Amino acid sequence: MLGEDLEALTRDAVLTRGLGRAYGDAAMPPRPGAIVAGSRFADRVLALDEDRGILRAEAGASLARLSTLLLTRRLAVPVVPGTGFVTLGGMIAADVHGKNQHVAGTIGDHVLALRLRLADGQIVEVRPPEHETLLRATLGGMGLTGHILEVELRLDRIPSPWILEERETYGDLDGLLAALLRDSAAWPFTVSWTDALASGRSLGRGVVMRGRWARPDEAPAHDPPQGLQVAFPFDLPSWALQPLSGHAFNHLYRAAARVGARRRLAAPFAFFHPLDAIGAWNRAYGRRGFTQYQCVVPREVGTGPVAHVFEELQRRRVPCYLAVIKDFGRHGTGLLSFPRPGITVTLDLPLAGDETQQAVDALNQIVIAAGGRVYLAKDLLTRPEHFRSLEPRFDAFQAARRDLDPERRIHSALSVRLFGDDA
Amino acid sequence: MKAVLLGATGGIGRALARRMAARGDQLFLLGRDEASCERSARDLEAWGASEPVGTARCDLLDPSSFAPALDQAAARLGSLDTAVVSAGIFGTQEALERDADLRHEMLTANFVGTIGFCEAVRPRLLATGDGTLCVFSSVAGDRARRPVTLYGAAKAGLSYYLAGLDARYRREGLRTVCVKPGFVHTAMTAGLRPPPFAAEPDAVARAVLRAIDAGRPVVYTPAIWRLVMLGIRMLPRAAMRRLEF
Ligand SMILES: Cc1cc2nc3c(=O)[nH]c(=O)nc-3n(C[C@H](O)[C@H](O)[C@H](O)COP(=O)(O)OP(=O)(O)OC[C@H]3O[C@@H](n4cnc5c(N)ncnc54)[C@H](O)[C@@H]3O)c2cc1C
Ligand SMILES: NC(=O)c1ccc[n+]([C@@H]2O[C@H](COP(=O)([O-])OP(=O)(O)OC[C@H]3O[C@@H](n4cnc5c(N)ncnc54)[C@H](OP(=O)(O)O)[C@@H]3O)[C@@H](O)[C@H]2O)c1
Repeated sequence: MLGEDLEALTRDAVLTRGLGRAYGDAAMPPRPGAIVAGSRFADRVLALDEDRGILRAEAGASLARLSTLLLTRRLAVPVVPGTGFVTLGGMIAADVHGKNQHVAGTIGDHVLALRLRLADGQIVEVRPPEHETLLRATLGGMGLTGHILEVELRLDRIPSPWILEERETYGDLDGLLAALLRDSAAWPFTVSWTDALASGRSLGRGVVMRGRWARPDEAPAHDPPQGLQVAFPFDLPSWALQPLSGHAFNHLYRAAARVGARRRLAAPFAFFHPLDAIGAWNRAYGRRGFTQYQCVVPREVGTGPVAHVFEELQRRRVPCYLAVIKDFGRHGTGLLSFPRPGITVTLDLPLAGDETQQAVDALNQIVIAAGGRVYLAKDLLTRPEHFRSLEPRFDAFQAARRDLDPERRIHSALSVRLFGDDA
Repeated sequence: MKAVLLGATGGIGRALARRMAARGDQLFLLGRDEASCERSARDLEAWGASEPVGTARCDLLDPSSFAPALDQAAARLGSLDTAVVSAGIFGTQEALERDADLRHEMLTANFVGTIGFCEAVRPRLLATGDGTLCVFSSVAGDRARRPVTLYGAAKAGLSYYLAGLDARYRREGLRTVCVKPGFVHTAMTAGLRPPPFAAEPDAVARAVLRAIDAGRPVVYTPAIWRLVMLGIRMLPRAAMRRLEF
């Protein structure tokens, strides 16, 4: 169900869905025919205080559109994920992280208030310190604590609407991870792309990208082109997304290795949402059957588990070309927030039936042994028993849910798969 | 530009109003739901509207609401050089055949109400000597097609009226812009299967704003629909009895 009036839409809904960019089943109905409220037309800005840097908007507002509004005013959403085609509600339900996780935390660290419809129909203004527990359950709670109607966020003030970016290549995993951590000590935005097919001594070879907002004296006087050159891909199911190809990686690697390509000014849209910018969405139709897998392993356990992930994929001949590796700083504040201090790896996985299930099982074993976690926004195949081992926080979350929604009126395909809900 | 907008709380109207706000136009919103109008007013102020955006209640199904709403708009804006009507309702052919109340409401809002509102705003726009009236009709009004005969009938009547306004008043300084969108992804079409060339509201809004600025009497958007409808208008009756499009 879609419409402008989210308050009305959520009255009888079992779940709210944003732009459907979660790779797994988090935004899918628990059973065919269950009423899911679609928020994407509820996208009005309700207040923008430019002096104090505070935004309040309806939960269906998309990051891409908000950014076009904010950048010209030298403001920015403080945490943005790898695609701009997400809603505020979806960002909060997944407690998303970005390239600045090591310094800025997750989006939840910047939320001032939410307007939330609870399972019993009641609507509450969640504004800490009041409702602290409700907020913590909602951050990363994958929509299971209530329908987010409005969001109030603290914004970042930026010196210019341009990003100054540098790239450097490294020949192996140890070199790459060391560089990533070194860069994160000095730069607000860092990430790396790794050749998932490289093995032996060049296992983990890749490119580290680092960036910061450019100072006015470094930036052109004009604003960068606004991002939305690609058609807004509303109805694209996430499993139809184009995988990152080996071709794209090699292109990036060679470009980064070339002298002179090291430092450049980038439009924020291209820097934060490279996949949106290369138009992968447009070509995605008809190329079904991909999902993603993202895990984090604690820093204490060293780089071993990260190497094991690649070795395991290669041993199983999973056609995964590219992995994104990023260091995390602090924990997310949500009861089920994904980020924790450590190293996170994101992979494209082709959906090839049982083989993919077994690959995910094997990866989860590595992550369980390492004391890590998987990201629910990118998960389709984790088994409930593995999830329990991965999530010591599960019981606390279920307890919070029991208080909020004893009948589990709010549920999703994900909560049926992993949280023991009835469809 | 000093514009009064009816139907800007949602859909294409919302996208168009944001573009007008972003370039600093002065706006006044009319709509049937006052709370929703207020929220949209705040949104448009954030998007850059040059003055606080005023609102007033105006319902296409309640002709007595037209004059007071326009009085309020004129009082707030000082004068009024542009009016945009994107308000309207849709029903599938099946629903409109089945449900007499819905049918009556659709015909009343999209034809009687819309024309009544245009007649109420016409003298005010003529008074400026250089006014623009932009009204959303539809490609559905160009030729009777099996899936949209009732909705199409209301839109055909509306298009006819708008062509008449253009013939009668353009020389006196009223520029009429008749918008004929194809399928656009809004709440109105949610759940329907999108045909080829389905468009996003913002792309449609961009084309409409260009047409308003240029004072073009008719705008098809996306533009390809001009050709599509040209073809469909040339089809023989026998073909129309079969065409499921
Ligand atoms: C190319 C790509 C790159 C990505 N990169 C990153 C990244 O760098 N970092 C990161 O953290 N994530 C990343 N993601 C994941 C994405 O940010 C999350 O899945 C996000 O939740 C998607 O937002 P959405 O609006 O599409 O929500 P949906 O996918 O529609 O929903 C996701 C979850 O949010 C819930 N939800 C949505 N709206 C509401 C609401 N109003 N009230 C209550 N619950 C709601 C849904 O029920 C569901 O559980 C990426 C995804 C893609 C496709
Ligand atoms: N979408 C398409 O594919 C398409 C195709 C061809 C033509 N059109 C036409 O284009 C116009 C805009 O369509 P849309 O898709 O943007 O529609 P929409 O998203 O449904 O928005 C319709 C707007 O009209 C308002 N409205 C409805 N009934 C009203 C009434 N009785 N009095 C006052 N306002 C009323 C609504 O106000 P509330 O917010 O209060 O509901 C809303 O602002 C319509 O005339 C439509 O017929 C659309």
